[in-house]
Amino acid sequence: MPKSAYEIDLQDNKIERYVVVAWVDNEAGVLARISGLFSGRGYNIESLAVAQVDEDRHISRITIATNGSKQVIDQIQAQLLKLVPVHKVATYPIDDTSIFRELGLVKFIGEGENLKKAEQLCVDFKFEFLDKSSKSFITQVLGTRREVDEFVKKIKDLGQISVSRTGALAMKKGPETVKDNKGKVL
Amino acid sequence: MGNQLTGAEIVFKALNEHGVEFIFGYPGGAVLPLYDQISQQKKIKHILVRHEQGAGHAAEGYARSSGKPGVALVTSGPGATNMVTALTDAYMDSIPIVCITGQVPTHLIGTDAFQECDTTGITRPCTKHNWLVKDVNQLAETIHKAFHIATSGRPGPVLIDIPKDIQFQKGTYKSAKEIEIDTYKPLVKADLSIIEQAAELIVKSKKPIIYSGGGVINAGTKASDALTEFARITNFPITSTLQGLGAFPGSDPQFLGMLGMHGTYEANNAMYECDLMINIGARFDDRITGRVDAFSPNSKKIHIDIDPSSINKIVKVDVPIVGDCLSVLTDMLKTLKNKHSDFCSSNKEHLSAWWKQVNKWREKKSLSYKKDDKLIMPQFAVERLYELTKNQDTFITTEVGQHQMWAAQFYKFDKPNRWMTSGGLGTMGYGLPAAIGTQIANPKKLVIDIAGEASILMNIQEMSTAVQYKLPVKIFILNNQWMGMVRQWQELLHEKNYSESYTEALPDFVKLAEAYGAVGIRATNPKELDEKIKEMVDIDRPVIFDCLVKKEENCFPMIPSGKPHNEMILGPDDEEGISEEGKVLV
Repeated sequence: MPKSAYEIDLQDNKIERYVVVAWVDNEAGVLARISGLFSGRGYNIESLAVAQVDEDRHISRITIATNGSKQVIDQIQAQLLKLVPVHKVATYPIDDTSIFRELGLVKFIGEGENLKKAEQLCVDFKFEFLDKSSKSFITQVLGTRREVDEFVKKIKDLGQISVSRTGALAMKKGPETVKDNKGKVL
Repeated sequence: MGNQLTGAEIVFKALNEHGVEFIFGYPGGAVLPLYDQISQQKKIKHILVRHEQGAGHAAEGYARSSGKPGVALVTSGPGATNMVTALTDAYMDSIPIVCITGQVPTHLIGTDAFQECDTTGITRPCTKHNWLVKDVNQLAETIHKAFHIATSGRPGPVLIDIPKDIQFQKGTYKSAKEIEIDTYKPLVKADLSIIEQAAELIVKSKKPIIYSGGGVINAGTKASDALTEFARITNFPITSTLQGLGAFPGSDPQFLGMLGMHGTYEANNAMYECDLMINIGARFDDRITGRVDAFSPNSKKIHIDIDPSSINKIVKVDVPIVGDCLSVLTDMLKTLKNKHSDFCSSNKEHLSAWWKQVNKWREKKSLSYKKDDKLIMPQFAVERLYELTKNQDTFITTEVGQHQMWAAQFYKFDKPNRWMTSGGLGTMGYGLPAAIGTQIANPKKLVIDIAGEASILMNIQEMSTAVQYKLPVKIFILNNQWMGMVRQWQELLHEKNYSESYTEALPDFVKLAEAYGAVGIRATNPKELDEKIKEMVDIDRPVIFDCLVKKEENCFPMIPSGKPHNEMILGPDDEEGISEEGKVLV
């Protein structure tokens, strides 16, 4: 049982994974404002992806995978909306109502049978080859977090690898887009 | 290019456009072009403090007592880092401050230059927003945005960091009218449908309580009038947070006193037992709620707040209303009068059982203390100070600790903006500079800093400022030679291990006052107290009043950490039952 405001993270609330998406002005320090908010208030960042999506209006889309109870996720959204350079924020539970994708580059170094097996693994996963040599290749890995994890785990057993991964990108299924929600009760 | 101005000129033109009359500041290398400008104009008066933290708190005191934003100007590096406590304080208590800092020239940023620090990086988490201005043509616009953001929505501090070369460069001035911020639009007016929903609960409730906070004060004096009218129409008992004192008249019988950790028995029990809680501009702070899972277990809760992130942050509420307290209360009053006129005109017979219960709690007289005819009791000192100053419009600031709680319990505020105290951050050293800012904003009024002897030493250097500007602030020190609240917690929660909470060497405060060019008065027994307080009030100069009080007095009543509202300690004979879990909380 929580004893005070310090233990407000109600234990009967289920902790689940969520993706938080924020549309922000692409200006100096904006990423520090967001990441500082997460670290300062004790929220977790599992992965992060940022890039400008609207060149004319200088707007970046920041996608953060995190975890928490519904109450914590609502609070993250409300706190993000208070930041001046933030235009709007959406949160998606990680389930099949949304699309999630991660991109990775995997360099495999190996020889003989193992190299062949590793190449076949990429073919099975339908991943593209971006570079090939007699002892190595680079493949482009694309999928959900679980698919990327699974692939990396399998190829690791066959030889030496080097992995570079992005954070997750997310989008809600269906025709709706995220509406402006500055100053709204969640 | 005839209308080109230097950065420094742009700053002052913009400050003029926002009606700034006073700047609290301290010069240094990186703001010298701005200080050149100060001496060449007359509209804005600069108040030279003795430490940058003092400038910040003085700006806070100015803002809280006038309803206008406070402006501070300090140099780069240590000037900026000394300002951090005041900015954090203003952020926690939602006080509008515009802080301008100098920065090393743009070409030196990032080189560890003399007096360089990452000011915007350091102040990012303790400001509502901040800017590093790297283009002189953006300067005017930035200042206009800063004033708008500091003063609107939930107010707060903002900071503008201006490199020295930008202060020299010439650029174009833009008027505030040309500025728009498309991502910053705080909601002021709430949905009428949700207000109607709240009104339904209000007319039906049998055990209601109004719990008001600093948001009412921040919404302006008209919001306090609206709150008072709302309380009158409903005849609901009303309690207030530390920051909300004065929004509803403190001397009115409908007022139950402050609630929370050192709140009254009647206020806390009414919060616990109520069937409807109406939170108006407060944020369910941990000093208020005590144990959250046992907080007002059987009530429906209405929460009015301009900051959507305050809603459901600590306590889940049934009717969340996002909006400015004045706007929401005005709409609420209209709704009650138009749709529930029977309720408005009724004699509120349905509340009589509740009021009977509230008055029963009141009979406990939870603020009572043992009188003493040889020693000055600290509570008695504040009571006498109140009785002898209540007939004039008095402004009270405080430091932080026991004296602050006694001031909140025993000084009754009948008007808003008369009470300036550091609540959220709990900053010792706040009271004297805040009193200076308050006196600047209210030149002819009586301004008293109720202080402790430990806190006052944290910004005592500002005595020099008070003397320079002939600010007749009164510093009323409840001197018990202990960091009283630390000592109290050590007694109650740490097996009386009084580690480092006693000050072995203190200055002679009377001589200290005289050394600064102020007046020193000392009171040592209760019989001379009244006469000496009158003497202090009558002196038109800064005074340090060294009031020697009983040393080991504790501040009661108290909700110990980890306890709900209905398990208060009422006095020294009632100290059982602080749990092991409670001891780890602060």
